[in-house]
This record gives sequence, structure tokens and C-alpha cells, in this order.
Amino acid sequence: MNVGLFIPCYIDQFYPNAAIATLNLLSGLGITVKYPVNQTCCGQPMANSGFEHLTQGCNDLFIDNFAEFDYIVSPSGSCVLHIKDHLHSPTAEDKALGIRKKVYELTEFLTDVLKVEKLSARFPHKVGVHQSCHGQRGLMLAQMSELVDAPFSKPLHLLKMVEGLELVELSRPDECCGFGGTFCVAEEAVSVKMGKDRVADHVNHGAEYITAADMSCLMHMEGILRRQNSNVKVLHIAEILSAQ
Amino acid sequence: MTSRAKILEKVLSNQPEAQPLPADSFTTFPAADPVQAFATVLTTIGGTFIPVSDYQSVQKYILEHFAGQRIVSTLPELAEVSEQGWENQDPHSYANVDLAVISAHFGVAENAALWITEDLMHQRAIPFICQQLAVVVNKKEIVQTMHDAYLKIGIADYGFGSFIAGPSKTADIEQSLVLGAHGPKGMTVFVMD
Amino acid sequence: MSSGTKDHAALSDIFNKDEERVDWHDETLWFVRAKRDKAAHNIPEWEALRESASLIKNNVLSNLHNYLIEFEEQAQKNGVTVHWAVDAAEHNQIVHAILKEHGVNRLIKSKSMLTEECHLNEYLKQNDIEVVDTDLGERIVQLAQEPPSHIVLPCIHKKKEEIGELFHEHLGTPEGMSDPVFLTAAAREHLRETFLTRKAAITGVNFAVAETGEFVVCTNEGNADMGAHLADVHIACMGIEKIIPKRKNLGVFLRLLTRSATGQPITTYSSHFKKPRPGQQMHLVLVDNGRTTQLSRPDFRNSLKCIRCAACMNTCPVYRRSGGHSYHTAVAGPIGSILAPNLDMKEYSDLPFASTLCGSCSNVCPVKINIHEQLYKWRQVIVKEGYADPTKKLAMKAMEFTLSSPFVYKNAGKVGRWFMKHAPFTVNNKLNLWYQHREMPAVPKESFGEWYKKNKKND
Repeated sequence: MNVGLFIPCYIDQFYPNAAIATLNLLSGLGITVKYPVNQTCCGQPMANSGFEHLTQGCNDLFIDNFAEFDYIVSPSGSCVLHIKDHLHSPTAEDKALGIRKKVYELTEFLTDVLKVEKLSARFPHKVGVHQSCHGQRGLMLAQMSELVDAPFSKPLHLLKMVEGLELVELSRPDECCGFGGTFCVAEEAVSVKMGKDRVADHVNHGAEYITAADMSCLMHMEGILRRQNSNVKVLHIAEILSAQ
Repeated sequence: MTSRAKILEKVLSNQPEAQPLPADSFTTFPAADPVQAFATVLTTIGGTFIPVSDYQSVQKYILEHFAGQRIVSTLPELAEVSEQGWENQDPHSYANVDLAVISAHFGVAENAALWITEDLMHQRAIPFICQQLAVVVNKKEIVQTMHDAYLKIGIADYGFGSFIAGPSKTADIEQSLVLGAHGPKGMTVFVMD
Repeated sequence: MSSGTKDHAALSDIFNKDEERVDWHDETLWFVRAKRDKAAHNIPEWEALRESASLIKNNVLSNLHNYLIEFEEQAQKNGVTVHWAVDAAEHNQIVHAILKEHGVNRLIKSKSMLTEECHLNEYLKQNDIEVVDTDLGERIVQLAQEPPSHIVLPCIHKKKEEIGELFHEHLGTPEGMSDPVFLTAAAREHLRETFLTRKAAITGVNFAVAETGEFVVCTNEGNADMGAHLADVHIACMGIEKIIPKRKNLGVFLRLLTRSATGQPITTYSSHFKKPRPGQQMHLVLVDNGRTTQLSRPDFRNSLKCIRCAACMNTCPVYRRSGGHSYHTAVAGPIGSILAPNLDMKEYSDLPFASTLCGSCSNVCPVKINIHEQLYKWRQVIVKEGYADPTKKLAMKAMEFTLSSPFVYKNAGKVGRWFMKHAPFTVNNKLNLWYQHREMPAVPKESFGEWYKKNKKND
């Protein structure tokens, strides 16, 4: 199995530990992972701002970097969803389509492709899980509270394999944190309020850590937690699933 | 070109390719006891459920609860306890009707709605303008869902008909539920054996 | 945005100055969303019902031309006078002409978002005709001289104390009285008098059945019925998209509408108006006002499937924390944000951006409109049509330049430096809007790319 590691730009720059944990987690499961060093960004920040027409450069680069792999795995549901929904190429549409079909968010790759049933991780803490919207509602990593259908959750399925980890219940299990890409500055007031409310739900239920399958939501919530001088920390799910 | 022609032309040139209507059939999950289900929902939405075996019991209930008030009815069986000739008055004069008693074609278990057409109202305004509404429905005429309800209505002709479920209500002020917005403040349903 | 008016972000900023009030607004609407969830979960076949409703509406849009003709023919047979209006102005003129013909200068109106969209009240007022809104929430905002902030709960942004003050001023209730039961009773008395003295009533339309020519109006208060059955003239106003093919389709829509809206199993009154009562005149105004233009846009036409339940507003984390007025359009929230740009792309260019694209709106929509996907698509259209903020354009160009090239990306500076200037959370960073209420992410000593180079080697 030939797996390409897709590390979104902001994780590369600000959260290398989430990327390292992803790499280690996959390697620990016996997977050979290659990181194409010329990757930059999937183009989502531009596309979600209405500038999808400026993303062809990013798309071409993505195709060059990742077309060769059997699977492409990334620790960001949002970036994976963007690739799945919007990766196109006027010159190599077949390659773009191929990538759209083989790109996976980390927890869905672990659950659906590797069918992981056991992990040797230990994390003796109270953890609140933030359901990132693009992962949950876009990639369907977990059942959505709006729908009348059977419950499931790929991130929770994995977290339950971690020794000592205690999950905290939330009042609103899948409300958006308010990051939303450029929304976080374009709509600063609402974005901050959403973030504060989301953080409060975790804190009020005793979480020591907030985790998610998307680092961008965590970056937003971390910004708020640190401004509040809170002791509560954020960790990418890969860091918990590989914690010792 | 008339506005009608302009709109129709623009619709025709812009509407998408034909899409079929879906099948009508649904897998529904019927209540084991539709009358009980009806009673439960009715109570939740602020109505009063009274099982009766005959019109005498209805009459008795009315006398016990509404004696001395202005009562009108479309039911000849209740002539003794209700005002006669009201139908010929101007509907504006019903504003002080304390109780109107009418009947329904049928009720719906899933939402406690009662289907009442104009011929059962005699005057369209009456179920809405009265202070209290009472409706008589046959126990055998409680269907499960709204799908069943429209099967029952079929292609029936009427000038006006309404599904009425409970008393008039509003929650417009801070989501506080208040019964008796403009229409009846209470609704009693007599379910006849 | 047209100059002089504030956009959604600016209006939300004002709304958020009072955080306690934002919490109250959010909780109140979340309560409605929770009631919706409970009602939906009581119906095991809920998702199949949504699918069916969606398919029926797809069929309607694909055959609207014939359904409109069929509806008109049946309605006329029933004794209803049918009018057609290409836009808001014509709609208002038609209503005015009917009123004039009957010498009516005072009338009552039950809830109709279409008449809000057409600004009928203002138009009639300019023509010396008094309109009293009879839905309690609408009456309250009318007394406050404000537009509704929500299509189902028009005064959800008002606290009971504020309503108490309004009633004290306009209806003479005792000062300081804010009990909802008391205030509702006061409104009942005040509006009963109005119902009894007005000769004309306007109502909206929830569904119009092509097969039979009847139209259905749903209320909890009974105000549409009180008005219509006591008036000599009943004028019902509807957008052309309100048509449904068959009477039996109502079974699907009435099961979904109120459960989605408020969590009730059905509205108190679902009234089927087919023929005028003897001596009464019944008019029906079919309005286009941009709907055929929306129908011509393949990416956006299915917004016309909307049945105005407001579930998308109640679930929207942005709406709950910005209030309906921040959308500066008759229909607020996610659905309003995909409808409004069709009417005026410049004026409403901000609305498709007033969302995190979380997708909750699409999930609660009873007719399965892909609202959040349309918000994304409107953003592309608005930028292409040239309505984007020029500073944002420059920032995006700079991003494109750097992110399209691994060389530029890696050499854009020491780790994090370029990002601090250009990343999504610092675009337009004149005032650094991220930092006002959030700490910046800590800059690590090396990027993952740098770490990888040192520690792992690709073969």
C-alpha cells in the first residue's frame, strides 16, 4: 500500500506535532507513508472566499504531488472535503477524479480502509470531542444530530480504544466552532462568540483536552482558550491516538 | 404582452427537464391504539379529550361546564342546550359565542387534527371566532397519519375545510406558549363510541 | 454592499455588543431547534418524508408552467379571481386596485412573507391605507416599527419587557406588565375589535394545489381564518413556487412543515380555501418577482423549493448569534442568504459569506435544499461579478502566488512569518481581527516540512 501524506499548509507551519503524530500513527500500523515535499495548500481558503477560479495553480500542484499514490491521507477533514468536492483539472481531469476518490481523512482511513480495531495508546484524561463540520457533515465521519438515522462516529470509535481516556458529554454535540476560514476575520464578532460558546460547552463539562479531526477548529478554540488563560488544551486526534 | 403571458413564458423557458413525481407509498409506523395516540397528542397541544357513548353524555358535559353561556351548535342532537337560528345571523355577531359545538369528519392520531369542512361548520367563522370550541368525532373515524387523512378526503368537493388541532395558540412572546391567541381558548373533543 | 448601509458583519458586530442578549437569543432559538429534533425523531420515516417532499418539489419546478395554468383554471372554476404580477410593484398595485374598487382604506393582514418581500405595508401606507398585522409577533414588530426578524417567529429578538413597554404605549396595558399570558390577552382584545371592523383581509399562502385550485394557509393563532371569514374581500398573495401538484401531496408537506418549524405535530389550523363564501370575493395574486430568474439558474433554482419553515434559521449558529435583522432582507438566515442575491446581487453580496458552511441548514431542511452548497456557489458568482471587496481580492492574489509555487512557499520567510501576514485568519489584517479576542497560534521552531527533511527521507 502506497500512501501519500497530505499535510495542510497551516498544520505544516503551526502544528507540526499533529503531522508528526499522523505519520507515526500510520507507520506504527505498518503503513509506509511518503510525504511529497513540494506540497503547499489545497486552495480551500481561496475557494471558500469565492475565489475558486484562482485555485488552478494549487490544484495542478496537488495533482503533481499526489496522483501516484494508492491512498492520500490527511489529518484535516476540511481540506480533504475541499479536494473531494472541488479538485479539477482541465488537462488531467482523470487524475483529479482519481484523487478525489482516494483521498481520506485520517480517522476514516483508519476505520474504513485499515479497519483498525485496536490501538496501543494511553491517554488518562477527560477529553471533549469537537465534531468538525466539514468532517462530520461533509465526509460523514459521524452521524449528524439533525438526521433521523442510526448513530455512529469514526473518531469516537477510535478514541474508545485509547486506554484511560474518559469522554465528556456535551450539551450540543455537533455545533460549529465558528472558524469557517476567512469567516473568522470577515465575521469576527460572530466567529468569536461561536468559538467562546463551543469552548464553554467543553470546559463546563470538565474537559481537560479538546480534540478533533480538524486542526483549524482547534486552532480557533485554542486562540480563545489561551486568551482566557484556560488550562484546557487542544490536541489533534492523531496525537491522542498515538499517545503513550 | 400581459404579465400572465410574460411569467408563463419565462417559466416555460427556464424550468428544468421533467422530473417524475415520487411514489405515494410510505412505510409508516402506525400507533397500536390510534384513539389513545390521538388523546395523548390532543392533551399535549392543550385540548381536552372526553370519551362519550352518546349525545346525552355530551349534553350533560356541556350543561356541567357551560351552563348559562351562549352556546351554538350545528348538531340537531344538541338543540336542547343550544341557541336556534344562529346560522342566519351576521357572523360578526358570533364574537360573544362562548361555546360552539360542531362535528368532524374524522381525526388524525399523529397530530390530533380534526378534518372539518364548511358543511359541518354552517358558518365558516364559527370554529375560529368562538371562545371555546367542542368537536364531536366518531371513535371509528380516527386515522393514523396525514397520508391516510388525504386518502379519506380523496377528491371531495368543498368550499372550505380545515384541519383543526387544539385551541388557538401563540408562542410569539419569548417562546412562552399561551392558549387563546385570537381563536378559541380551549378545545374539547368528544370521541363517540 | 451599497454605500450607506451596513453589511451583515457590521450589523452582527453591533448585535454582539450585548453578549448576554446574544446568549438569550441563541438559547431561545436553540430551544426551538431542540423541539424540532424531538418531533423529527418521533417519526421513524422522517428521512423518507424529506426525500419525498424534495422529489415532489423537483417535479413542481420542472412542470411549473403547466401546474400554474392548471391551478388558475381550477381556481377560476371555483369562483376565485386570479391575478398575475411580474414584480413587487405590480403586486402592490393589484392589491391597491382591489381595495380601491371596494372603497377599503383599513384592512387586516395575516402573515405573508411575500408581502414583506414586496414591502406592501409601506406602499399601502403611502396610499393612505392602514394595514394591521394580526399575527401577534408581526403586530408587535409593527408597533415597534421594525421588520420581522424571523419568518416564523417575527419578534423572537424582543424581550417580553420590551413588548410590555410597547403594549403600555400603544394598547394601554399597565406599565411594567410583561407576563406573556397577560400581554397575549391584551393583544387578543385589541385585535378582536379590528377583526370585527375590517372589510378586507390579506393572507399568505402556504400551498396551492394545481389539481383542485384550492390553497392552504397554516396558522396557530387562527388569525388568517378570523380575518378571511369575517371580511367581504379576501386577497391571498403567493409566489408562483408555492404550487403543489395534488391534494394528497399535502399529507407529506403538512407532516413536515410544523415539525420542522416549531416541533409541533401540525399547526392548530391548516385551512383549505377553495371557494369564496356566498357574497364574498376571493382574489389570488400570483407573484414572480425574480422567481423565474432564480429558476433560470441551475445552481440556485432549487432554493425555490423552500416551504418557509425557518428550520435553517433556528439551527444556524450564525443566525442565532447575529439576529435576523443583521441579514437586512425580508427572509433572513441561510435560506434568505441564497434567495436575496438573486433579487439584488450587489445589495446582498455580503449574505453568502455570513456562514461557516457548517451544513446544518441543509440537514434540517424538510425539502432537502443544499443550502450550504449554494452559499459556496453564490460566493463564486459574487466574486466573478465583481462584488468582492478589493482588499480581499489583493490578498487572494498574493495567496495564489505563494501557494501555487512550492519554491515561493518555502522561501516566503522564516516559518510562520508569511502565514502571519497572509493566512486566512489574518487576511485584511489592518487591525488584526483575529487577535482582538484570540491568541495567535504559537510559532513552532520548525515546520513539518523542515522536520521531515531532517528526520525522514523519501526514497
